[in-house]
Amino acid sequence: MEITADRFKENARHALADPQLQRALNHVRHNFIDKRAKAAGALPEFEELRKQARAIKDHALDHLDLYLEAYEARVTEAGGHVHYAETGEDARKIILDICRSVGAKTATKGKSMISEEIGLNDFLAENGIEPVETDLGEYIIQLRGEAPSHIIAPAVHVNQDQVEADFRRVHTHLDPNRDLSEPTSLLAEARAILRDRFLAADVGITGANFLIAETGSSIIVTNEGNGDLTQILPRIHIVIASLEKIVPTLMDASTILRLLARSATGQEMSVYTTVSTGPRRPEDPDGPAEYHVVILDNGRTAMLGTEYQEMLRCIRCGACMNHCPVYHAVGGHAYGAVYPGPMGAVLDPAIFGLEKTYELPNASTFCGRCESVCPMMIPLPKLMRHWRDKEFERGLTPSTQRYGIRFWAFFARRPWLYHLATRIAMRVLGLYARGRGRFTSLPLAEGWTRHRDMPAPTGPTFMALYKSGKGRS
Amino acid sequence: MSGRDAVLGKVRRALGVSGAETARTGAVAARLDEPKANLIPARGQLDRKGRVALFAQMAERVSATVERLASPDDVPEAVGRHLRAHNLPMRVRNGADLVLASLPWEREPHLERLEGASDGRDAVSFSRAFAGVAESGTLMLLSGEDNPTTLNFLPDTHIVMLGAEDIAGDYETVWKRIRETYGPGKLPRTVNLITGPSRSADIEQTLILGAHGPRALHILVVG
Repeated sequence: MEITADRFKENARHALADPQLQRALNHVRHNFIDKRAKAAGALPEFEELRKQARAIKDHALDHLDLYLEAYEARVTEAGGHVHYAETGEDARKIILDICRSVGAKTATKGKSMISEEIGLNDFLAENGIEPVETDLGEYIIQLRGEAPSHIIAPAVHVNQDQVEADFRRVHTHLDPNRDLSEPTSLLAEARAILRDRFLAADVGITGANFLIAETGSSIIVTNEGNGDLTQILPRIHIVIASLEKIVPTLMDASTILRLLARSATGQEMSVYTTVSTGPRRPEDPDGPAEYHVVILDNGRTAMLGTEYQEMLRCIRCGACMNHCPVYHAVGGHAYGAVYPGPMGAVLDPAIFGLEKTYELPNASTFCGRCESVCPMMIPLPKLMRHWRDKEFERGLTPSTQRYGIRFWAFFARRPWLYHLATRIAMRVLGLYARGRGRFTSLPLAEGWTRHRDMPAPTGPTFMALYKSGKGRS
Repeated sequence: MSGRDAVLGKVRRALGVSGAETARTGAVAARLDEPKANLIPARGQLDRKGRVALFAQMAERVSATVERLASPDDVPEAVGRHLRAHNLPMRVRNGADLVLASLPWEREPHLERLEGASDGRDAVSFSRAFAGVAESGTLMLLSGEDNPTTLNFLPDTHIVMLGAEDIAGDYETVWKRIRETYGPGKLPRTVNLITGPSRSADIEQTLILGAHGPRALHILVVG
């Protein structure tokens, strides 16, 4: 996708004025939060599991080289192939070569954010291989030519009547008078159409929620079953996963699985958790003949061993964006990068460069809700603040803001001058308000006064009051 | 330089390690050789009767249907009954599982049974689960000729036989059992953890059953 994160403010203005989008975002504002709270509350050990999950991932990251080697050895032993890709370009080329080795015409796809990150669909299509998204949400946005607006609910910005219009536009071989007024009929239509695509595909490409070093397995977690049909029906199964998906053992994965669905959708467990190891065995009547895993770096090793390492604990549940007031207001597309919301504000700069994405760590109120619900206890506001520091150090902050802060710092470093200036400013503002107690418009603060009045100062500053001794107990 | 050496080199430089430090290799080997369970929630830690009851309750909560049977001999008639009650064709597909083969199918003479993987044209499949997990009402099925994986996903209705003695309190107990059966570090091609029938909430967050997998999951708990 085209990165438009540098236009976040403009994107956000459009999003706020889009009634269709605002209607769709209502579902995020309510559903996800209540469901997660209920699911977490129903498991007394939830908080202790979070701590253990954090320790598991910290341990895995500190020993990542060794677990990658152990994982690779097990995959190879089971008859599979492991490929390492430093960049998105390397990963795309590896996948294309595998597809070409069997003359593939179509590739079905399970939902994968890594695939979005490396722009796999466009690349396959340019090279004559049709990518077919099979997750209902991904299928909808593929028809619309859009990127996902949420990491677990890619079409959360789309309303039902838009889905109906898209299906009528694309599925032209079906009766134009058919009834598509219910979500069930839309789902049934997608199921029937995709069933044929599953059976005809040459290659199936899935992501992975976990890679297990103990057994050389990849794990996918879905509700629809599309990931499973993607990986058991075609001749070749390709897994694309970033390197921090490694966990040591199935026991460790079980601990994190107890947090994943509860944090994401408020389910106790997603419907399908599938553990795949190598290709089909000689006696197996079904399953893929070849199994490939592409392990992607793409900027992650540069986070390892730095203040950003904690971000690599992320399990992509989406709880941070589900609880983010900024995401609730503007939705995922406004962020203009692959990963939206708080986790994206930390991850996107590492992957796509701070120059293009520095607006994202600023697209936060630092209310801290993301950190409080993160199952992996990632200190998201702290990590966003690190990016803000880097933004300032590298001179990426717009000059008006830099001068503004410098101007303020000049006074802040000289307390007597600061107190004098604020005393004068308060008096001037008080006079300017002419006793009305509020401003309906104020120069330099139009952004505030356009939507609400600004209260006027009614007396001395806090410091003046404090010094005078009034109000002290 | 290969992608492998480049990526592993970057990891090691970032962590400031060579990969040969004995403290690190020892810690990793210990963890992989003797996988230990982490905190297991108290919810599923019940006696056999309690586990069966919790399994049924959790499975029903996610829209599976559960039927208790006293003996494996009751299974063929229960399958027939389910098909008739839901107006389904009297035909199921199953794998080569010896337990399934040894059931008294003569008690349901009109039921046709097909064997092998599914090509997508079967309405109903019949599998035997390796285990159940009480804490979330989850079935665990293993791939192979006994219970082909396609049977878990392609048919509209999936009927699964589960021995009551195979219901564990938690996932960890089942991983241990699989490890004992297949050997350390080894797994069948696919292990499916299935919790209810297929669903999607991708259209306006409305939950609908029957996405790409089965629309109905019927579990026969035996014993």
